[in-house]
Amino acid sequence: MEHNGFLQEQKTLEGDLNSDTSHKSSVDFLMNWFRKRSIFVLAYGTGCGAIEMPPTFTSRYDAERLGIRGAATPRQADVIIVSGYCSYKTLRRIIRTYEQMSNPKYLLALGSCTVNGGMYWDSYNTIKKLEDYLPVDMYVNGCMPRPESILEGFIALQKEIGEGKASSWQKYEENYEFYRKNQEAVLGEKVEPSYDADWYLYDGGL
Amino acid sequence: MIVIDLFLMLLVAYAVGFLYYGLYRNITARFQRRFGPPVWQSFIDSVKFFFKEESTSHGWMFYLGPIIMMSGAIMTLFFIPFFSSGDSFSGLSAYGNLFLVLYLLVLGPLGNALGVGTAGNPFGVMGVTRGLTRLFAMELPFYIAVIAIMSLSGSADIATIASGQTTFNAFAYPLLFIGALFSFIGMMGQAPFDVVGAPVEVYSGPASEFSGKFLALLMSQSAIFTFAKLVLMVHLFLGGASGFLELLLKTFVLFILVISFGSLYGRFKTPQSVDFLLKVPTTIAVVGLILATWS
Repeated sequence: MEHNGFLQEQKTLEGDLNSDTSHKSSVDFLMNWFRKRSIFVLAYGTGCGAIEMPPTFTSRYDAERLGIRGAATPRQADVIIVSGYCSYKTLRRIIRTYEQMSNPKYLLALGSCTVNGGMYWDSYNTIKKLEDYLPVDMYVNGCMPRPESILEGFIALQKEIGEGKASSWQKYEENYEFYRKNQEAVLGEKVEPSYDADWYLYDGGL
Repeated sequence: MIVIDLFLMLLVAYAVGFLYYGLYRNITARFQRRFGPPVWQSFIDSVKFFFKEESTSHGWMFYLGPIIMMSGAIMTLFFIPFFSSGDSFSGLSAYGNLFLVLYLLVLGPLGNALGVGTAGNPFGVMGVTRGLTRLFAMELPFYIAVIAIMSLSGSADIATIASGQTTFNAFAYPLLFIGALFSFIGMMGQAPFDVVGAPVEVYSGPASEFSGKFLALLMSQSAIFTFAKLVLMVHLFLGGASGFLELLLKTFVLFILVISFGSLYGRFKTPQSVDFLLKVPTTIAVVGLILATWS
């Protein structure tokens, strides 16, 4: 009996997921159903928001009950979380990681800093709008968003995937010049980080 | 007719393998006091990966790795009969015995090692190195126990060994069973011997460079291979099975036993696991062998 509240919560969360009806064909519907029900998250801690992800994925909030679990490498991941402010140095790594993931891939942005810079709005070495550099599927607002909000963001993302609306990876491929131009504007000609021994000569140091 | 038989064997192993994997994740979740994913979550994961695009390329040997692993798993399954008597679900077991199965058990991992090696991913190579190092130590107690069982029952035919047990070999020769069980925990990739795909150490080890359909293939083969190994263990030590109910019951009991170990214990380092396997289970198996031949 003591679990009734919890089961009710699980039911509410899943009820939201099962309500979509707008799909093109039955194959599309099936594909999207499998995609939304199994989400591998590359938990790449890029900012302070990374601290909210461990409780989301472990026993307290248990995202695995919705089919959301961590992935070991970018090759296996579906979702990358940009967890907060993004310095230029981090942006290089995020772009590289994002491009290593295989399609379909989704990007979830945490916190106000990814929307408009947040408290780093006048910082000299962070980007302000993540949208200009990489395509974003879902924003979770807050400073910082609690695990409950992250779960809600995930469910909203799952709903969009189920309806076939989450297609930011296509947007990135179609508008690659736009994104690349913005990336080069802050990172210079060479966007990808170099991992050579002489990194300190060419990459602007650590 | 044999083709239909083989197909049905594959289907059963696929379904039951994924069911067990789902249960494994759910039961582990309950051990950690959380709700856990639904039982079919592992199946959903593997189907999703079949729908993903492939973006990596490291030459044809890289792609051959998971395929060799899959064929290794399927061949192992085909040479292990499901039941200890009767022709149905006996697969190709009339054409090969326990020796062949012991060889086939390592075919997949070795093939995959070649594929991983060509990718050049350091974590993949580290995983393979750890796996092969562990393999030397893991095989020793297992082979001692299996060869002892083979000579005690006077046959290398799996169905004959299974049906010839008046009391289960696990109870008649408990030391042999315990020795083999330690190796079996390692073969199932459970703690404390889960050094190959160790999360946070080498990420997912040999699988770290694979994505999309090839990862899905790896997941499917792991489900099939798990079931094949469980059936082999049941035949050797738990008296085999005469029907599906008995088979599922016995494999499930063995499976629960193994994953309970995995949930309760931490992970050994690679040298520690080799050290442990060479000392404790090997000694237990050798003592069991001496006791069994003495009487």
